[in-house]
Amino acid sequence: MSVTSAGIPLVRVRGLTKSFGPSPVLRGVDLDVARGEVVAVIGASGSGKTTMLRCVNLLERYDGGSVMVDGVEIGYRQDSRRARGERELARLRAGIGMVFQHFNLFPHLTAAENVTLGLRKVRRLSRREARERAMHWLGRVGLADQVDRLPYELSGGQQQRVGIARAVAMSPKVLLLDEITSALDPELVGEVLSVVRQLAGEGMTMIVVTHEMSFARDVASRVVFMDGGRVAVSGTPQEVFGRQDNARLRAFLSRIELRLYPDGAGA
Amino acid sequence: MTVMLASLPFLLQGLLTTLRVSAIVVVIALAGGVLLGIGLTYGPRLVAWPIRLYSDVVRGLPLLVLIFALYYGLPALGVKFGSFWAALTALAAFETAHVAEVARGALQSIQAGQTEAGKAIGLTFGQRMLYVVFPQALRRFVPPWINTVVDTVKGSALVSLVGIVDLMLSIQQVIGRTFQPMPLYVLGALIYFAINYALSLAARGLEARFAYVRD
Repeated sequence: MSVTSAGIPLVRVRGLTKSFGPSPVLRGVDLDVARGEVVAVIGASGSGKTTMLRCVNLLERYDGGSVMVDGVEIGYRQDSRRARGERELARLRAGIGMVFQHFNLFPHLTAAENVTLGLRKVRRLSRREARERAMHWLGRVGLADQVDRLPYELSGGQQQRVGIARAVAMSPKVLLLDEITSALDPELVGEVLSVVRQLAGEGMTMIVVTHEMSFARDVASRVVFMDGGRVAVSGTPQEVFGRQDNARLRAFLSRIELRLYPDGAGA
Repeated sequence: MTVMLASLPFLLQGLLTTLRVSAIVVVIALAGGVLLGIGLTYGPRLVAWPIRLYSDVVRGLPLLVLIFALYYGLPALGVKFGSFWAALTALAAFETAHVAEVARGALQSIQAGQTEAGKAIGLTFGQRMLYVVFPQALRRFVPPWINTVVDTVKGSALVSLVGIVDLMLSIQQVIGRTFQPMPLYVLGALIYFAINYALSLAARGLEARFAYVRD
């Protein structure tokens, strides 16, 4: 695993385990994400990458191990090891942004209202401040002229950009992206990824679960390959995509028809 | 026809009682039913299970049995209950269970992703209900809920069987004096129908109003 910058990692996952009924999904995941780092998580479906991501803001409870974000254990109170209450959890989640595969916009609210809801009710901004901030972020994702549209009036790519604006407007410490282009028509993927690319350029810390290998290669500072509920390979994009000695990784990469390094260069 | 007109003032008192009983029951059943529906949908097992039991038992009994049970049964247990409140409680308990199921259905129709999106921006449970789930569930709640209101108005006729002079009993009292059942039952049917048809129209109007999402 590559060494992160000095200090405590912003997100620190240790020995994370989780089962759905009798079948284990996570078998001890370790992952460090430093401030400003963009970590792409790749792996076959069922490898546990989405479940791991959902544990970071506790949309999924974990059975064992630990998730720390900015030095705070997410899953339980550090003093008593008891589950956190609703309010504590809400406060922690407000600092962890998430963008979903299926957008999950609030269909009864306009694009702007989708963004202002959290700003008003969680951040307690005034109506005007919240609106201004929503305008700023919707402008940043290229939707300045769509702010008063309802989600169903927007294309998939536009909806997902609202989803990104909704998450980043809360000024999260870290942004979790869960296969955010998987539900999009191919021609709409680019507009969403370019927004993410911009955020990465500005130093937003991100954990990106993705099937877009070229995106992972271009934008991620580190790529993590998950297999069977564990982190199997971790390193720079060049290291991971070039590695020949892990059969599971090679099989996965060839299944998704990756031909980045046909001669193994960069390994 | 003259009998119908002549009896109207007398029936008016009964009609007011019917409306009053229905209104009280609708309010109680709405508040109680929504709370129980939330408990059924989101509550831990310890909360959801007793509600499920209550709802299944109450909905599985004929309303009349419930009214008699409270009217005759409770005094035997030492609880003093006037006939009005016994009947009203029974009707409210019955409708509450039905509203709870309507609320549960409406709440469960909201995709899990909506709750997750609300969690992800840091909304608490109450805020998620208020700003995310309820506004969306409302349009699925209102039409079947109005059915329960219609059921309440119709079911309220049964309170006449424990001696409460509602529309139904006042009709029978007029029949007892005039020996003209047909015109009076027709009149009664028309009045009940008028109330409930108005409610159905309101339901249709509301359904159209809530059709803000194409899906």
